[in-house]
Amino acid sequence: MLINNFLLLGAVLFCIGVYGVIARKNAVMVLMSIELILNSVNINLLAFSMLHGNADGNTFALYIIAVAAAEVGVGLAMVLLIYRNRKSIALDELSEMKG
Amino acid sequence: MSAVVLATDDIYVAQNIGFGIIAAVMIVGALKVVTSKNVVHAALSLVLVLAGAAAQYLLLAAEFVAVTQVLVYVGAVMVLFLFGVMLTRAKLGHEADLNNRNHLLGVPVALVMLGVIVWVLIDGFEDTRLPQGDQASPISIQAVSDSIFKPYLLPFWALSFVLLAAVIGAIVLARKD
Repeated sequence: MLINNFLLLGAVLFCIGVYGVIARKNAVMVLMSIELILNSVNINLLAFSMLHGNADGNTFALYIIAVAAAEVGVGLAMVLLIYRNRKSIALDELSEMKG
Repeated sequence: MSAVVLATDDIYVAQNIGFGIIAAVMIVGALKVVTSKNVVHAALSLVLVLAGAAAQYLLLAAEFVAVTQVLVYVGAVMVLFLFGVMLTRAKLGHEADLNNRNHLLGVPVALVMLGVIVWVLIDGFEDTRLPQGDQASPISIQAVSDSIFKPYLLPFWALSFVLLAAVIGAIVLARKD
């Protein structure tokens, strides 16, 4: 198999995730798009790991999975807090910190 | 420019066909994640993408990462997402205002970025092949654990503190006082 198969798949998923981060207003949907981006990175890391026969890519992929789990946990806790205080999780209404 | 043709290998046709089917499912699922009007449907499409990613990891001979992906993402993270959807809005079904007003601005941004990345990849890797068959040296789980616990031990410790802080932080943020 060509390595570009996997790299191009990763690129497509990454760009779909970026579109989701830009386009979505609901905070939970933005977090889902970030998951798409992190997964595309993992696919790239594992493809290079297999290309070079090196275990580092597998190690980094595992670390990224752990960091992503932590990120989703804290992110959803923050979203819950925002929802409890404001009854809405629309990101464009959170404008208190605008200068 | 033969790089974009999927079935260039005549020997390993099965792998290429499997890759193509799974990749198509993943891309359709990802598009549904970012375009669906229904939050729960988007979450379920995300399950499709994550499971497809696990299958791709198997194709890349990374079985431990694939199992971890299924356990952590498809198991734990999706339950978290569904709980998040459930706790932040009772309304199920279609919803009008999931997107920003100017969400179409994201389309050219994503397309330009995709074009640049695809051009660089095809230019850079042309038809580099993954090692297969006899020349393949699949990475054993033993090699992965050696890598985690020898050169990358310090990041591993840091990661356990990150997880601890995330657990405590999530509890502190989400509890009702």
